[in-house]
Amino acid sequence: MAEQVGRRPHVRPITSEWIFRHPRYLRYMVREFSCLFIGAWTLMLVCALGRLSEGPEAWGRFLEGLKSPWVVAFHVLALAFAAYHSFTWFQLTPKALPVQVGEKFLPDDVIAGAHFGAWAVLSLAILFFAGAF
Amino acid sequence: MGERTVEFEVLRYNPEKDAAPHFQRYSVKCREEWVVLDALNHIKESVDPTLSYRWSCHMAVCGSCGMMVNGEPKLACKSFLRDYPGLIRVEPLRHFPVERDLVTVIDDFVAKLARVKPFLIPQPGAAQAGTGEYAQTPAQLKRYKQFTLCINCMLCYAACPEYGLIPEYIGPAVIALGHRWNEDSRDGGRAQRQEELAATNGVWDCSFVGACSEVCPEHVDPAAAIQQVKIKSTIDWYTEHLMPWLNK
Ligand code: SF4
Repeated sequence: MAEQVGRRPHVRPITSEWIFRHPRYLRYMVREFSCLFIGAWTLMLVCALGRLSEGPEAWGRFLEGLKSPWVVAFHVLALAFAAYHSFTWFQLTPKALPVQVGEKFLPDDVIAGAHFGAWAVLSLAILFFAGAF
Repeated sequence: MGERTVEFEVLRYNPEKDAAPHFQRYSVKCREEWVVLDALNHIKESVDPTLSYRWSCHMAVCGSCGMMVNGEPKLACKSFLRDYPGLIRVEPLRHFPVERDLVTVIDDFVAKLARVKPFLIPQPGAAQAGTGEYAQTPAQLKRYKQFTLCINCMLCYAACPEYGLIPEYIGPAVIALGHRWNEDSRDGGRAQRQEELAATNGVWDCSFVGACSEVCPEHVDPAAAIQQVKIKSTIDWYTEHLMPWLNK
């Protein structure tokens, strides 16, 4: 007769070690981390609006402040993180928005490509209206 | 065919004797064309009969032999030794309690799977008059076919950090299987499944790490299913709250 075996399932603890277990987790954390920079930049934009409403002098001081190397460095970092976030996000769009035509799905490249295209067109439009050209 | 000696480090846990799991080393002569499962079978037959693990089909269909091979969730029957030049570390699937050695407790997954009703809930009127058959065009089949390929191996759960951190999360495969039936033209059970899928511990626990789809041995792409459910649930919410006249 089979012997009764005592059950005592062992639960292994979860530590933050998983982030470094495979590059995919690190890439994910970088994507999530990008929100801190984008959030900080948005806060700065709100402050800019505040200075603008206070008049030309306050606005001038704000613009002067933007020239500090620290603020420039922050902008470069924020831009890099925003670009990384957008790029990885658009690469994932074929999963979220598959388009079926008859018995086939449109290739991933077409769907991601359409997003990248729209991104480029909108960015150019904003630059145009901002007077960059 | 060549042979070589392969070093294995296998997680061992005997609930009656061990306070905690530990690794045991085996040095075994393996044939070059073997997979990890062949090596485990060889160890069990000729070296150490006390080693416990699950397996059945040896051809990536049954989904029983999921385990961590060098830290990645893999089917042992699909992990060729030739792809692992050095030491091979075999552990039970992550995020599941260890019952014994490489055997995990999978009750949580099974219970969650039942909650999304992974079966046909016929759409009233979908059956053809006279024959009672549920006809479906190839295009309608194509819509969900990929999600039928799931073999319930749970590799996606072992890869998902959200499942590790939030045990209540119903997880990738369960969502993919719920979505599979929702996308089926013969099915009318979406409203019932949404109770589980569109809940906090449904798709909204997912932050789109995407690891589930990377490790899935059947290319089910559960991450795609999850994002599609998120979009549809969001549209549901907007039509319900902002355009109530659209709800009949
Ligand atoms: S979705 Fe893929 S990884 Fe997850 S249980 Fe199904 S077959 Fe396995």
